[in-house]
Amino acid sequence: MSDMKIENMRIVEEPKKPLAMNPKKFGLWLFLTTVVMVFASLTSAYIVRRAEGDWKIFELPSLFYWTSIAIVISSITMHMAYLYAKKDNREMVQTLLTITGLLGIAFLIGQFYGWVQLVSSKIYFVGNPSESFVYVLSGLHGLHLVSGVIFLAVVWRKSALGKLVSGNLAQFEMCMTYWHFLGGLWLYLFLFLSLYR
Amino acid sequence: MATTTIQPQTTVHHDDGHEHEHHEGNFWTTYVFSQDHKTIAKQFLITGMAWALIGGLFSVIFRLQLGFPEATLEWLRPVLGGWITPEGKLDPEFYLSLVTMHGTIMVFFVLTAGLSGTFSNFLIPLQVGARDMASGFMNMLSYWFFFLSSAVMFVSLFLSTGPASGGWTVYPPLSALPQAIQGSGLGMTLWLVSMALFIVSTLLGGINYITTVINMRTNGMSFTKMPLTIWAFFFTAIIGLLSFPVLFSAALLLIFDRSFGTSFFLSDIYIAGEALSNVGGSPILFQHLFWFLGHPEVYIVLLPALGITSEIIATNSRKPIFGYKAMVGSMMFIAILSFIVWAHHMFVTGMNPFLGSIFTILTLIIAVPSAVKIFNYVTTLWGGNIRFTPAMLFSLGLVSFFLTGGITGLFLGNSAVDIQLHDTYFVVAHFHLVMGSASFFGMIAGVYHWFPKMFGRMMDDRLGYIHFWMTFVGVYLVFFPMHYIGIAGFPRRYYSWTNFETFSGWTDLNMLVSIAAILTLSAQFIFMFNFIYSIFRGKLAPANPWNSTTLEWTTPRFPQHGNWPGEIPTVYRWPYDYSKPGAKEDFIPQTVPYSETPESNLKHENDLIKLEMGSGSGVVTGNGH
Ligand code: HEM
Ligand SMILES: [Cu+2]
Repeated sequence: MSDMKIENMRIVEEPKKPLAMNPKKFGLWLFLTTVVMVFASLTSAYIVRRAEGDWKIFELPSLFYWTSIAIVISSITMHMAYLYAKKDNREMVQTLLTITGLLGIAFLIGQFYGWVQLVSSKIYFVGNPSESFVYVLSGLHGLHLVSGVIFLAVVWRKSALGKLVSGNLAQFEMCMTYWHFLGGLWLYLFLFLSLYR
Repeated sequence: MATTTIQPQTTVHHDDGHEHEHHEGNFWTTYVFSQDHKTIAKQFLITGMAWALIGGLFSVIFRLQLGFPEATLEWLRPVLGGWITPEGKLDPEFYLSLVTMHGTIMVFFVLTAGLSGTFSNFLIPLQVGARDMASGFMNMLSYWFFFLSSAVMFVSLFLSTGPASGGWTVYPPLSALPQAIQGSGLGMTLWLVSMALFIVSTLLGGINYITTVINMRTNGMSFTKMPLTIWAFFFTAIIGLLSFPVLFSAALLLIFDRSFGTSFFLSDIYIAGEALSNVGGSPILFQHLFWFLGHPEVYIVLLPALGITSEIIATNSRKPIFGYKAMVGSMMFIAILSFIVWAHHMFVTGMNPFLGSIFTILTLIIAVPSAVKIFNYVTTLWGGNIRFTPAMLFSLGLVSFFLTGGITGLFLGNSAVDIQLHDTYFVVAHFHLVMGSASFFGMIAGVYHWFPKMFGRMMDDRLGYIHFWMTFVGVYLVFFPMHYIGIAGFPRRYYSWTNFETFSGWTDLNMLVSIAAILTLSAQFIFMFNFIYSIFRGKLAPANPWNSTTLEWTTPRFPQHGNWPGEIPTVYRWPYDYSKPGAKEDFIPQTVPYSETPESNLKHENDLIKLEMGSGSGVVTGNGH
């Protein structure tokens, strides 16, 4: 009965969806917030601890410069892959995603050899907190990057199966957001560690 | 039993045309690995209640030691085994384990997971008009991470070296060095593992709550039409999202210190004359990290309780909540302030007195939004047509505790006064009233109030009244005397005080406190009985037992997964239209459009009708069936 009338009823206030966002994407942003808080707290702990003195000063491994370059390039290739995905150019998407993934893995290997460099110059995980912090910050970032590579592999597989079409790129976009975020996070950490020694 | 479908009273949607969706599921997917927010809420509730029982029993055991230091506890040997010394006393280190576990369990497992986990899960989709959480799967994971975390903590209770015993705040170096106390061995490791899992659970839950509130509201449910419960859960989730990762950082560094030999928090420590190798760490750093979570955490615990009581007090006063916007504003203000007052827990760590004054001022400012809330509760009650249901009584209890406990916060917030009061029973009295009891009462109030929606039956009122009075009087008898004991300088976390001449005058008071604690705990068994009995044998609940306005009462008596059999109802008005002048009944549900209530509309609401209706097709009739 009343169904009929409801049809031609307009709602006073249309549901305001101020952030008309895919809930999953929104969730990703919230997750990124928590990651930001973890690193913000660790770097502020670093600052507080450093202010108390008894702080060992040393050079960061030279490899960290190269890995930083690799991660920046990987963000660029990631973005290019996205642009091609919008044009449904699957071949280019595949190639660029592969390059991105390889650069990510190269980054991780580079970080590891950065640690080896540190150890050979007698900077150990167990030592002055200034030394331990470098390992904790780069290690925790590396762990996040591993999850980024896995996410990338999922998207890569989707593209390989031909399920990545221009109308349906939400997952790809999330992967890209995460990737750019992790790249930015590393640049922040690297800059931070270089400036606050 | 027969499935009687009770039609919601409101009615914009008539659902004859829609078949009930049947979600075929087996036992495992329906009751265990369920993705239905209502089931997950019940899982949180029941796990939380089990923990509350364990935590409560622990407190009674250590209260026996404090109240009756001479008595023998030999009779506890069958349960506690080696933790009873050959002389029939509680082992001093085990006493510290009990205190630590009591704090951890109550703060994290009961009042964070048990409270937010239950009510955010249960009410957010039902009150904003969503079929489920944004991600049912993440929601399920959230519970199972909590379960794992619980299991790990539970196992730690049975270790031969005992569970963690460095206090719920786990300050290093005590918590970092197994040489310092047995509990800092494997017990502390499991504590850290358990907390890491707990943090994951909280974050998964929080991400879901925020996403659901922002993205999944039904038609018409604008922010200003959301019930205060939702606002409270929303702010709570945001606070949790920003503060729990910091606890994670602190725990991570502590793990490195304990298991890998780093020195983030350790320096210059001598044990039996031997120096440890750790140099360059700062234990104060841990306190900063911990309290950056720790203070917001107390509001994570309190805000949901305040939201729940706002709803219950308005409903049972049959009056609109006084100052809806002020309530939302003060919660937001509290949420923001909660991040910049943490150092009031650290006034005596040797901080710069100037910094101390800044934190004093920031801390005292929190009293303002807190007072606004109390004022609004009282003005909502004022002149109301009050119904004293058990839920209402517990809500009033919360207001009382929030006031008496909050006032002592002002004493503690003064960095100068805190020098005397810090780490005494005064602090214990303060936070048990304002956080422990207030939040606990909010949780219990929520259970009494939403039980009919959760289980389709009513709880027994008479048992509820007995439960309330015993608990309310009991709580004051337990915690009020602690103020005096604390002002006298009695330190917290001391196993025994009989060696101190100064404190011998407090024997009677300590005994009274312990007896009251036993009384209070026993009252909880009445509740447990009422709860379990009513699930199976309670009176069948009507669709809307409290004549409430919010959306959850428009669902069938046993809502299936998906909540509403037909369409999700649309919302037209705010949730507090109680006793509106001119209205036929003393409540108007959120789903009733203004066009149906010309007799009670205010002028500007009449103007809204034109917007509600399309081409002037008549009035939608309300009580069509
Ligand atoms: C008017 C508002 C409040 C003020 C000014 C205030 C102030 C303080 C201060 C200064 C302390 C530290 C005392 C010490 O250790 O020496 C303290 C402890 C505490 N407060 Fe409050 N508080 C307020 C409200 C609350 C609320 C609403 C809660 C919880 C819902 C709460 C929970 C706690 C807890 C749990 C502790 C003790 C933590 C511990 O050391 O184990 N407070 N409060
Ligand atoms: Cu505090």
